[in-house]
Amino acid sequence: MAVSSKPLLWLPFAGGGLAAALIIPVLILITGVLLPMGLLHLPYGRMAAFAHNPVGKLILLGIVALPAWHAAHRLRMTAHDLGLGGGAVKAACYGSAAVLIVVAAAALLAI
Amino acid sequence: MSRRPYVRKVERSWWLAHPRYVAYMAREITSLFIGLYCALLVVGLVRLAQGPAAWEGFLAAASSAPGVLLQLVCLAFAAYHSVTWFALTPKAMPLTLRGERVPGGAIVGAHYAVWAAVSLVVLIAAGV
Amino acid sequence: MTETVTLEVLRYRPETDSEPHFQTYTAPYNEDWVVLDALNHVKDNVDQTLSYRWSCHMAVCGSCGMMINGEPKLSCHAFLRDYRGKTIRIEPLDHFPIERDLVVVMDSFMAKLSSVKPYLIPKPEKPLDDGEHLQTPLQLMAFKQYTQCINCLLCYAACPQCGLNDDFVGPAALALAHRYNLDSRDAGKDDRAGVVASNPGVWECTFVGACSDVCPKHVDPAAAIQQTKISASLDWFKAKLMPGANS
Repeated sequence: MAVSSKPLLWLPFAGGGLAAALIIPVLILITGVLLPMGLLHLPYGRMAAFAHNPVGKLILLGIVALPAWHAAHRLRMTAHDLGLGGGAVKAACYGSAAVLIVVAAAALLAI
Repeated sequence: MSRRPYVRKVERSWWLAHPRYVAYMAREITSLFIGLYCALLVVGLVRLAQGPAAWEGFLAAASSAPGVLLQLVCLAFAAYHSVTWFALTPKAMPLTLRGERVPGGAIVGAHYAVWAAVSLVVLIAAGV
Repeated sequence: MTETVTLEVLRYRPETDSEPHFQTYTAPYNEDWVVLDALNHVKDNVDQTLSYRWSCHMAVCGSCGMMINGEPKLSCHAFLRDYRGKTIRIEPLDHFPIERDLVVVMDSFMAKLSSVKPYLIPKPEKPLDDGEHLQTPLQLMAFKQYTQCINCLLCYAACPQCGLNDDFVGPAALALAHRYNLDSRDAGKDDRAGVVASNPGVWECTFVGACSDVCPKHVDPAAAIQQTKISASLDWFKAKLMPGANS
């Protein structure tokens, strides 16, 4: 048997798991609770300024890319657990994450 | 005497047979909701790139009833992901300091501390 | 009227049965009895055709693993008093072919165990005159829990990935590989990687954790596998980024 190249998929998955655990809940709190309740405002000027900054772009891309990859890999493994394996599932999962990451990068470059 | 080993089939519903496996599936399905929220964030970035009007439209959608409902569901699953992820970390990365095993609780506690700190920083940056 | 327990045991005799089926027995209830005692009572007094493995009766040999009310347990380690008032359903270990009654075919596991090279592969020979390998208590502590495996196969029965994929090397074999990889006297991690870090090796595992839950010796194979995933990943990236460097 050969040493697998799974680490290429797995290390970003593990990093994404930690990133998602640390950052996603507070982000949902902001956009899904505090913002609708009016306890917080996200004015265009401030958000665009942050996204205009190269460090801001990297942070925003990381916030999206790592959890998205984590979700894709985990969903693919869960589909396998439910008896749905195969190339189509793999393509759907990693493909969706790739699309999300590319679109995010394109949007960030445009700001 | 001839051998005729009998192979038992594994049902597709194997995970419903025991609470331990149901909890595992619940833990794994958190990824679906994390993925959904990432998609929401990407839509936000696209709207941000499209200008102030588009951005305000995104904020309005996020604040709408269905938007809030979806995000609350995502929040519940995201929190479950965080709790279960932190609980498992000591197994994946055991630490030995000065000849003694660092207790798992300390590693988990440190993660919660970082979680709180990161959340606070993000909240302050967002203007709370 | 002495109290009794009801046992529902999965029977399978290849020479007469096309399929396994349950047979019900009654055994006396005793406060200090385990399920194995009840099975021995049945075999000695009720039905001598009942087949099952057992040996030490003290949870060190690993022979008597079976499914008891759907949970993989050593029958010598499952007390009747914990099942009082319930029917006890006894089946052979999940995820293995049934040889006969409660006896499973273990051949696949034996092959997986030997495939991980579960023996010391030291660095290039040091001369005998140099004396024995020395190891500090701290170095022993690093791998000691992974030496405790009794090959009872409860972890294979509990693991859903073992049920979904026959090729998965499995918790006990991977925990044993980790025992050697962590041993300061060993230098064989790369030799084991072809099996341990292959697709049916650690990468089939999704950290369900059931293996560690059911292990009677607290080996924690789930921890062994996750630690191996991290170490295998770092080795893989090191090999790609710095080919030819010593690992």
